[in-house]
Amino acid sequence: MSTEKGGYASDSVGLVEPQTIQFDEPLELACGRTLPSYQLVVETYGKLNADKSNALLVCHALSGDHHAAGFHAGDERPGWWDQHIGPGKPMDTDKYFVVSLNNIGGCAGSTGPTTLNSETGKPWGPDFPIVTVGDWVRTQVRLADRLGIGRWAAIVGGSLGAMQALQWSIDFPDRVASALIIAAAPKLSAQNIAFNEIARRAIMSDPQFAQGRYAEQSAVPRHGLMLARMLGHITYISDDMMRERFGRELREGKVNFGFDVEFQIESYLRHQGETFVDRFDANTYLLMTKALDYFDPADQHNGELRQALSGVAARFLVISFTSDWRFSPQRSREIVAALHQNRKSASYAEIESPDGHDAFLLPNQQYETCLRSFLQQQQTAGAAL
Amino acid sequence: MPVKAEVLTPNASQSAGLRPDLAAIVDWIEPGSHLLDLGCGDGALLAYLQREKGITGYGVEIGINKVTECIARGINVIHADIEAGLGEFTDNSFDYVVMNQTLQATHFPRDLLREMLRIGKQGIVTLPNFGHWRCRVQLGLFGRMPVSSALPAAWYETQNLHLCSLSDFDQLCTDSNLKVLERQVLNHNHSSGGVGAKLFPNLFGEVALYRVARQ
Repeated sequence: MSTEKGGYASDSVGLVEPQTIQFDEPLELACGRTLPSYQLVVETYGKLNADKSNALLVCHALSGDHHAAGFHAGDERPGWWDQHIGPGKPMDTDKYFVVSLNNIGGCAGSTGPTTLNSETGKPWGPDFPIVTVGDWVRTQVRLADRLGIGRWAAIVGGSLGAMQALQWSIDFPDRVASALIIAAAPKLSAQNIAFNEIARRAIMSDPQFAQGRYAEQSAVPRHGLMLARMLGHITYISDDMMRERFGRELREGKVNFGFDVEFQIESYLRHQGETFVDRFDANTYLLMTKALDYFDPADQHNGELRQALSGVAARFLVISFTSDWRFSPQRSREIVAALHQNRKSASYAEIESPDGHDAFLLPNQQYETCLRSFLQQQQTAGAAL
Repeated sequence: MPVKAEVLTPNASQSAGLRPDLAAIVDWIEPGSHLLDLGCGDGALLAYLQREKGITGYGVEIGINKVTECIARGINVIHADIEAGLGEFTDNSFDYVVMNQTLQATHFPRDLLREMLRIGKQGIVTLPNFGHWRCRVQLGLFGRMPVSSALPAAWYETQNLHLCSLSDFDQLCTDSNLKVLERQVLNHNHSSGGVGAKLFPNLFGEVALYRVARQ
């Protein structure tokens, strides 16, 4: 597997470089505002075939970005889904042309709170409009048009990324041959929204937040964003995994009767929070949680998911993880049931994993086999058409 | 695989490489129907029916390795425990619900049978026949739990929980207000059981296939 090529394993896409694509056609957003123009930062892996039938879109989740696979120059860590993307990997770049982008509202280079608003010459900050999953999908449609891709062989996403794949299949049924919906829910529960709200309150009540204009004051609401991430992180992992990995282990082997970090889990969460603050933007975090909260494709169909999915044409693979309590397997089953009630093509696998919601990002043999089986079959079926 | 125009006979199905017990089920399925296969294994039945009879439908399977086999061959499968409930399937949503050699391995066969016929217009059930003469001899004469080609595992490692004879299953159908539309028995080669099985199915049939519907 790992014979070296140019310093990278043979199943790695190796050195990658993002590109920035400018879109000048105004984009009307669900909130009623219009984005006059925007940029998307994109990475692609593999080669688009002659009839452009092998394109696979990867949609990122809350804290993800365009860097899904391979290495940026000088980096030691690969992209966030490197596990699954590369030559011979489930999203096989010898066969598929994989496209991954940073969504608008993000903070990894695509137009968002940290980029300059051409009308004011200042960073957008809190003035960046609240965007929805549907808005993202429409930017992705334009990206597909620009790349000459009429129909995606597959759209793949986990969590918030899966919601984009689902929205695609509803809004543009003839442009999606297959959709891989991983660790998702058809909409957030009250509990999910509650966690998001606490995360937002943590950020917005940080004095450094300055109504979202912290960048103009060269400040960062570190404390608030860190709390938001720590809270979020608890919902990404499972109780069992925490018990297994940290238990009640103490850093110094004894309690100190103080409020400094004593338990290993405290240390772990703080570390998660701190590293996150260094790479993520608070306004983007607010936007991403809102996009999650608002996602509900059934909303325009009297709350009937079945109706919302009545027009989809894609073949679906829905995957959940046993220990995911943020979006539990039951939530995935809702999607599957609604598809099956419409007699749509959909398979469902519930992967045994102790890793909670985060399992969609982590190595797991069963998970990998499922993805591989589906995408190989999709490729063969597509080639036969 | 060439598409066959005529109605398949068991022999034609067998020649297409299908297991004989599956072949018998195939012959009962109307082309183009919608089918749910509970305990679908690697999806062989669904794959065949999709290809040869243009059916649509889903399998339900508890084993992840079988699930990925289904996915690999392009069969729509739900990874789930059928005993955890089939509530997500609406009434009358399938033309057929199939349980091939599965019902006897469940905790509550009667409830499951009822569920099958809530979801499906017809149910197709295959079962090992505990009333077969070999079983009777082993239990009645030698006082040992039967082991045969239809019941290959020893009592301590079998998946089967609720074994029954054909007469028992007939009785359950009557008690559950189900109509037996068709019944076929097979011998240990899974070929049709010959004259003996025709005259005395509960004695000479090793495996039974039932097609049932609500009264």
